[in-house]
Amino acid sequence: MTWDKVAVDVVGLALIGFIVWFFWLVKVKGVKAALTSGGYQEQMVLVKGGYTPDVIVVEAGKPVRLNFVRQESASCSEMVLLPAFNKSARLPEGETVPVEFLPKEPGEYEFACQMGMFRGKLIVE
Amino acid sequence: MESTETARSAPSATTGVRAGVAGVRRVELPVSGLTCHNCVQAVERALRAVPGVTRATVNLAGGRAFVDYDPTEATVSALHEAVRSAGYRSDATKARFGIRGITCASCVTKIEGALLTTPGVLSASVSVGMEEAEVEYLPSVADLAAVKAAVGSAGYQVVEAPAPAGPDALDREAKARELEYRSLMRKWWFGAVIGVFTMILSYPWIFPGLRDWFPRGSPQLWYVWAGMGVASFAVLLYSGSQFFTGAWDALKHRSANMHTLIALGTGVAWVYSTIALLFPQIFPASEFTEVYYDVTVVVTALVVLGLAMELRAKGRTSEAIKKLIGLQAKTARVVRDGKEVDIPVEEVLVGDTVVVRPGEKVPVDGEISEGSSAVDESMVTGESLPVEKKVGDEVIGATLNKTGAFRFRATKVGKDTALASIIRMVQDAQGSKVPVQRIVDVVSGYFTPSVAILAILGFMTWYTVGPEPRIVFALIVAVTTLIIACPCALGMATPMSLTTGIGLGALNGILIRGGEALQTAQKLQTIILDKTGTITHGKPVLTDVVAAGGVKEEELLRLAGGVEKSSEHPLAAAIVEGAKGRGFTLPDAEGFNAIPGHGIEARVEGRALLLGNLKFMRDRKIPLDGLDARALELADGGKTPMFVAIDGKPAGIVAVADTVKEDSKEAIRALRGMGLEVVMITGDNERTAKAIARQVGIERVLAEVLPQDKAFNVQKLQLEGKQVAMVGDGINDAPALAQADVGFAIGTGTDVAIAASDITLIKGSLRGVVTAIRISQATMRNVYQNLVGAFIYNVLGLPIALGILYPVLGILLSPLLAAIAMSFSSVTVIANANRLKRWKPRAA
Repeated sequence: MTWDKVAVDVVGLALIGFIVWFFWLVKVKGVKAALTSGGYQEQMVLVKGGYTPDVIVVEAGKPVRLNFVRQESASCSEMVLLPAFNKSARLPEGETVPVEFLPKEPGEYEFACQMGMFRGKLIVE
Repeated sequence: MESTETARSAPSATTGVRAGVAGVRRVELPVSGLTCHNCVQAVERALRAVPGVTRATVNLAGGRAFVDYDPTEATVSALHEAVRSAGYRSDATKARFGIRGITCASCVTKIEGALLTTPGVLSASVSVGMEEAEVEYLPSVADLAAVKAAVGSAGYQVVEAPAPAGPDALDREAKARELEYRSLMRKWWFGAVIGVFTMILSYPWIFPGLRDWFPRGSPQLWYVWAGMGVASFAVLLYSGSQFFTGAWDALKHRSANMHTLIALGTGVAWVYSTIALLFPQIFPASEFTEVYYDVTVVVTALVVLGLAMELRAKGRTSEAIKKLIGLQAKTARVVRDGKEVDIPVEEVLVGDTVVVRPGEKVPVDGEISEGSSAVDESMVTGESLPVEKKVGDEVIGATLNKTGAFRFRATKVGKDTALASIIRMVQDAQGSKVPVQRIVDVVSGYFTPSVAILAILGFMTWYTVGPEPRIVFALIVAVTTLIIACPCALGMATPMSLTTGIGLGALNGILIRGGEALQTAQKLQTIILDKTGTITHGKPVLTDVVAAGGVKEEELLRLAGGVEKSSEHPLAAAIVEGAKGRGFTLPDAEGFNAIPGHGIEARVEGRALLLGNLKFMRDRKIPLDGLDARALELADGGKTPMFVAIDGKPAGIVAVADTVKEDSKEAIRALRGMGLEVVMITGDNERTAKAIARQVGIERVLAEVLPQDKAFNVQKLQLEGKQVAMVGDGINDAPALAQADVGFAIGTGTDVAIAASDITLIKGSLRGVVTAIRISQATMRNVYQNLVGAFIYNVLGLPIALGILYPVLGILLSPLLAAIAMSFSSVTVIANANRLKRWKPRAA
């Protein structure tokens, strides 16, 4: 084994390690939804290449309103689904679309685009 | 409803309507429950008794009260209250809307105050928590715009509930899609043109003429390649921009997608080529210093073309919903203040009288109040034959009036109409997920990073143990692997089919609530049919008249009908209808006496008539002369026989029965043909139930089941380990529908949003069940085809790209072929989903 082969393998393994760490091992801290005077826990979600923020923390038993704003034209993201709450919404570009629901049980729920390329998580405490 | 004191004497200026008029004001109140002239007087008296009312007239036919009153003394609420206290109803409409800016309890009183002083508003309650107001108002006096204006005048803003997507929104969407398509096509042409030159000039030694101009390793070739480097960079920047921005946006969210893979693949090829071009000395041999700009350019161009084709195909997937939305009528002709006016359909209010002429669309849902016609409801129910409609029948918005002119009272408008509910349900369902999708979701979360890891492993392996030139092989393998992987095909497999399948259902009068119902419906084993209203019409009709003792059949029926006219028994109505249907004028009966559980006696045309069951005849000692045997025969056929005796002598039998719908038998045969076990459930006695079951070809019957036990019976069948569907009406059978694995509700006209059901059949026919199951089978077959196809594609494509065939067959995939394969695979998935649209319901 020559030195260049060793170098390529070492770099390759390091890259693989980085991919595993970057995509799967890092835990993202969530953003806590703000409580409005109307009693809703509101959070703005930007839809552009993904959901920002993509981890949202809310309290159980209080209504939640997620305001989605889609700022891209890729047809992938034109819908957002919250299968756990049986909600879905079409997101026209540039419009704010509110999605309201009441999380009853604590737990982690996913929201995603129709193809599952964009994902976000709702942590109910 | 809170009664408002008449003292609240505010000549309100808060509405835009009829406000600020000094002196006597006139309102038109809808009054219902008026049946006779006495009622008219009672209502008029009650209204005139209200202080401030100067004149009150009530129109019996129109069901309206016209009241002149002094707004400083009386309010509309007081008038409304007066009508109510006289024992009649004045129909009010309820509206609920969101209000922005409610921050404190004092806002509530302010808004409520503003609403209550609006003429026509009867009650208003505002909730701080929900930021909502619920207002009850008389649509003839105030309209919703006036109510909202009142909120505005108090300094708050009304939040509109999101309306169902109108044609405009769809147009916008289509336009955006068209723009995107054009931009992609421009990118494709740019990439394609440069791609042709790059491909030729990357291998000039293949082409006879070029061979002499640009020999291998010559300085001229170096300059050409440098030019290509710049041109291909331009292609990356312009044609490939979405891959790089998409990859970057995804990376910020710690995720990776198709864009990441394409960006990596084309980027790596470009960077390698540029290094080889600029610093050939770092490579050990000259064959390493070739460039791969052609890979960069052609892959980018091909994938962009694939995206454009995908966009085109996707636009077609949602055609069904576009068709539904396009059905909405734009204008309506309503009667306001006695005149016919054309108004936009959004402004039609509940209670309005709408005029429809032949050839026009019915604008909203309602009940015919005048006239009759044949209405083509195929667009909503899927029923191809026009339906005859007469006074009292329901009409559905968006259907087409064929022959006659009629007027109807609007009962559901705006987002409450059947069509709007259908559109909303279909949109929700199209956005839902098929349970199999969950596996895909898990897989796709790991897919893209795994492909990147595979590409790195491939590079390492080829570099470490591969043949020379190692770095070239390693590079090609890594780039090909990145490009051939197609997470999109996997991700699009189910949503595309689901959208098409649910749209297909909607166009055939079948509303499927979501992917789960769809997936379950195609693996059903047992189907339970409720008898009344599902297999049968749910309404008894006269079936047999058996005359005896020298009485003529017509005579028997005419007299029996005359007696039954006074009865309130549901079976009596069937006899009366049957007699009238044969054109008889029914005589009046006197001395009517109903004996519960036995029958009735009365005198009609001077003759004593007895009508009742066997026990009744025995009690009255009527000799039956063999009529009882005939009755038994009828009962065996599922009919209910009633004996008639005239002047103490037997005169015959009239039999009524709930008849089987014309197409039930066929539908049940089709269901059995699909291998389903068909079970009938009913509250009827065993004999009647068996008789009906025989007629339609059902073997297993659950008879004498109390309504509350239906759900339990569904569960019993489920405990046999079967996937059970229940078909029934959405109201009485709701618990059983909810208990079943799939609940089919037989819809009745406009009432389509039936909560307990998974699948709603708008047309009340069992054939819909057959079609629904066939659609779900076709859709799920399509889903599996797509999933398996996408899965196999990736499972085969990745190892080939990694060069697994090279040691055996010496085949190594070119990155260009990989780009074609990957674009082709995602277009195939969509094309396959679109194929579903050509599915036609077979005659069942």
